[in-house]
Amino acid sequence: MNLLNLTAVELGKKIRAGEVTSMDAVRQVFERIKARESSVHAYVTLDEEGAFRRAEQVQRQIEAGELTGPLAGVPAALKDNLCTRGMRTSCGSRILENFVPFYTAEAVCRLEAAGAVILGKTNMDEFAMGSTTETSAFGATRNPWNLEHVPGGSSGGSCAAVAAGECFYALGSDTGGSIRQPSAFCGVTGLKPTYGTVSRYGLVAYGSSLDQIGPVAKDVADCAAVLEAIASYDRKDSTSIKREDTDFTGALIDDVRGMRIGVPADYFGDGLNKEVKAAIFAALEVLQAKGAVVEEFDLPLMKYAVPAYYIIASAEASSNLARFDGVKYGFRAKEYDGLHDMYKKSRSQGFGPEVKRRLMLGSFVLSSGYYDAYYQKALKTKALIKEAFEQAFARYDLIAAPAAPFTAPKLGESLKDPLQMYLGDVYTVSANLAGLPALSVPCGVDSEGLPIGMQLIGGHFQEKKLLRAGFSYQQSRRYQGPEASADEAGKERSAYE
Amino acid sequence: MADDISDEMIEYVGILAKLELSEEEKRTAKRDMGRMLDYVELLNELDTTGIEPVPQVFPVCNVFREDVLEDSGKLGKSAETAVREDILANAPEQKDGAFVVPRTIG
Amino acid sequence: MSKRYETVIGLEVHVELATKTKIFCSCSTQFGGAPNTHTCPVCTGMPGSLPVLNKQVVEHSLAVGLALNCQVNRRCRFDRKNYFYPDNPQNYQISQLYLPLCRDGFVEIETEAPGAEAGVSDSGKASDAEAGASDSGKSFGAENGKRRKRIGIHEIHMEEDAGKLIHEEASGCSLVDYNRSGVPLIEIVSEPDMRSAEEVIAYLEKLRMTIQYLGASDCKLQEGSMRADVNLSVREMGAKELGTRTEMKNLNSFKAIARAIESERKRQIGLLESGKPVVQETRRWDDGSGISYPMRSKEDARDYRYFPDPDLPPLEISDDWIARIRENQPELQEAKLERYQTEYGLPAYDARILTDSRHLAHIFEETAALCQKPKEVSNWLMVEGMRLLKEQEMEAEDIRFSAENLARLIELVEKKTINRTVAKQVFEAVFKDDIDPEAYVKDHGLSVVDDESTLRSAVKAVMDANPQSVQDYRNGKEKAAGFLVGQTMRAMKGKAAPGLVNKLVMELLKEIVG
Repeated sequence: MNLLNLTAVELGKKIRAGEVTSMDAVRQVFERIKARESSVHAYVTLDEEGAFRRAEQVQRQIEAGELTGPLAGVPAALKDNLCTRGMRTSCGSRILENFVPFYTAEAVCRLEAAGAVILGKTNMDEFAMGSTTETSAFGATRNPWNLEHVPGGSSGGSCAAVAAGECFYALGSDTGGSIRQPSAFCGVTGLKPTYGTVSRYGLVAYGSSLDQIGPVAKDVADCAAVLEAIASYDRKDSTSIKREDTDFTGALIDDVRGMRIGVPADYFGDGLNKEVKAAIFAALEVLQAKGAVVEEFDLPLMKYAVPAYYIIASAEASSNLARFDGVKYGFRAKEYDGLHDMYKKSRSQGFGPEVKRRLMLGSFVLSSGYYDAYYQKALKTKALIKEAFEQAFARYDLIAAPAAPFTAPKLGESLKDPLQMYLGDVYTVSANLAGLPALSVPCGVDSEGLPIGMQLIGGHFQEKKLLRAGFSYQQSRRYQGPEASADEAGKERSAYE
Repeated sequence: MADDISDEMIEYVGILAKLELSEEEKRTAKRDMGRMLDYVELLNELDTTGIEPVPQVFPVCNVFREDVLEDSGKLGKSAETAVREDILANAPEQKDGAFVVPRTIG
Repeated sequence: MSKRYETVIGLEVHVELATKTKIFCSCSTQFGGAPNTHTCPVCTGMPGSLPVLNKQVVEHSLAVGLALNCQVNRRCRFDRKNYFYPDNPQNYQISQLYLPLCRDGFVEIETEAPGAEAGVSDSGKASDAEAGASDSGKSFGAENGKRRKRIGIHEIHMEEDAGKLIHEEASGCSLVDYNRSGVPLIEIVSEPDMRSAEEVIAYLEKLRMTIQYLGASDCKLQEGSMRADVNLSVREMGAKELGTRTEMKNLNSFKAIARAIESERKRQIGLLESGKPVVQETRRWDDGSGISYPMRSKEDARDYRYFPDPDLPPLEISDDWIARIRENQPELQEAKLERYQTEYGLPAYDARILTDSRHLAHIFEETAALCQKPKEVSNWLMVEGMRLLKEQEMEAEDIRFSAENLARLIELVEKKTINRTVAKQVFEAVFKDDIDPEAYVKDHGLSVVDDESTLRSAVKAVMDANPQSVQDYRNGKEKAAGFLVGQTMRAMKGKAAPGLVNKLVMELLKEIVG
């Protein structure tokens, strides 16, 4: 049986039913990894031996009735900014090339408690700074749909791994769109939860007030199951929120009747690729046909989101990344003259250009004489954006938006012009500024065969509405990976027929 | 404000960020930062008078832990030493249970 | 020196709070321990670790703030102070800049009657926004040769301590130990209200006493649980503007503080006299050589890029919370001083000595409660206690005996089981080893001998051995009787009941004299 076309929840069901074992799944997934990894390069670290050992252990626990959840025994991948005890955690950076934590991120602990089998760590833009996964110190990841294109970023490795069938689901992190945009580019489903829903303990911080861990999977049902497993109040994270409503799989109902979906006119203006726009409108028609009320409206202030985001994220990053100094862990320059030279050489040799660019910007906007004009101003803008969303959610259950203004660009195109790359985050960063949950669901491909994603944004703690709308939409649109869409499509279909 | 990005400013920010940039990198940094700051000027269109600059999204406050010893502190010497091994495991240089850095004074 | 100068001093005092665990993690704050054994991912700045605030830190800080007459910022939060240094594992220190916990307090100090410098009028309303200077220090008259003055507290904020660096000569390296990293501190920033080393020390003593009484810290300068940085500037007498100040660090004793103030005052006046400017800088005091040095290099931009820590939600301090802290505030020195005089009838001087240490005051009160003889207790502590402390070069804080044993000793004296001479010997044993006085007296056979026949034969023996004294008495030298009493006491090794010996000597002399 080819297990690789199953969703995580489908696989979990078969394992629990005794039709297949967790080891079968791990075996198949590693076969796929071996076949695809040299061209996709979704992973930076793989642990085949550990995965098999773990699969056997989980399998025993499932058979003993100790593990009964939907994800028990299902192989998964982790973005490499999630700390894993005993497994290298590099954040795609040379400065952490050999860093092996002795603690595990809370979200990962939760997944393990749910019976996850961890395959390895996925590639990412260095310290999650980037939108293409090209800023990784370990080489770019390629888009499984078209290897000449980027998978998006910064969780590009996680999204590419899911799309290429190199895992059944993955965790990513989203600071300004880092789950949603690569999910759209790779034709998978990704969810950024409400800030505070998933503990950030053990997530190597980029922009602490914006970072949030979330699932990347084949469909909304998988995302709901993963989110249910990882959402938790954690005393180790002071920004963690106590929530009672984390039974997310309960929201998987095929019913959007009366659901009000706002469509911000500004989001669908000139800056948006026409094919992307058409695909999203088509998706909205599907929801409308199912009874949702879709309405255009004005969401003000959104053009201020990108500048506010880059100021806040860079400022926080300049402080968060100060700890990488060649003293306690990570890379230390070979030659230096005294302490401060050691700091400078280690950091300059250890960080790549995009990280340095943001550290410079972040240090500048916080520096004496500029704090009020930039950082303070950005925080105030953030407050206004949050307020604008609150007003919108008084009228709408959800807001529909693109996940990105275009489909996946070609490798090497984006980094030429950093500012242009930042502008590509225009549809995603505001959800981070306002702490809102947002979902990216695939809604077709463009004329080049590259996936398009629709983003749904919800009010605070309204993941269930997102999941319900996404689930309803996907009823008529079962997950299709690049294989199914490309040459293998015919074969696989005929096999089912 | 992008005009503030002089060579001296790039030098100064390099000291703050502890980055040693090559001449080429300095030129790029100056250009990129200048463009970025021109772009974020956009925020000045917004009237933010009277708005409270809150870093956190949610009005959560008073998140505490109780003053109770945990982990190694409770388990005694052997656990403390084990923790130390973990803490030092990734150190580029260590000696006598401590991290080693170039001499900081004298 | 042609001109007269005034020294203007403000203090930044760091106090380590007496908590079991660190400010943002559950590691022990215990002093000592092998390097890096009291550490975890949080206090070593491991990637992905997050801080969680220790509630007791806020409680202690609030207690100190209220005792120092501060306004509490009902909404406060933590900021990151960014600078690279290896004792600081994250390369930022979590502190408070924008909204510190407490502001605008004061303490009252007492110094000896005005000296040359202390006599300078503080009426000039200086304004220097950067230094936050407002000459709010007010002296209000002299009393009993004491001069009282109010020293303003600008703010109190909470922050984390740094790790320790051990410098190795041989290898040219420094070793980093993070055991102290994350130990909770409060920083008490005074207004520039002090004018002399004497005032500075009175201010520090006052802070130390108050904080010790609150149980918020043990405030030991030598061990670094209380550290004072001195901000000092000089200006011409009568000038309104403040001079340029320097900040002096590494002051480990009151003596060092006094010496450093004198040295820095002279250095600054010297600069001004020779027409050179004072540079605003941080200097490190070397107490060995009695000289200070500038501390920073050009790599330290001193631009700390403070911003609110996104990992820590703000604090909201409710009225209830403040009321609860106030209710639970222990009796402070001022109140005790008053009460010891009115309730126990102690002289002001004794009350002051006893309350100068919270520990001593505690022993006093406990013992007094046990034996119901406060004056006796005070006498023992004031006379013998103080003598032994001085002899042993100990601080009152180091006293280790229990109130129970002191109370038992006092009862033994009261019941006349031992006389005062023996009691001093027993007190010494109590003081040194906290022994049980009753057992000690029994073991060492120190009970009073009041058996008349035993004493009578002892007196007889003394008279036989000193016929000249008996003869002297006979010749009218009454003093000779005293000599015989003393000799008898000596022969009895001090244990004889003195009244009885006295009586027997007189009786026997009268028999002989007839």
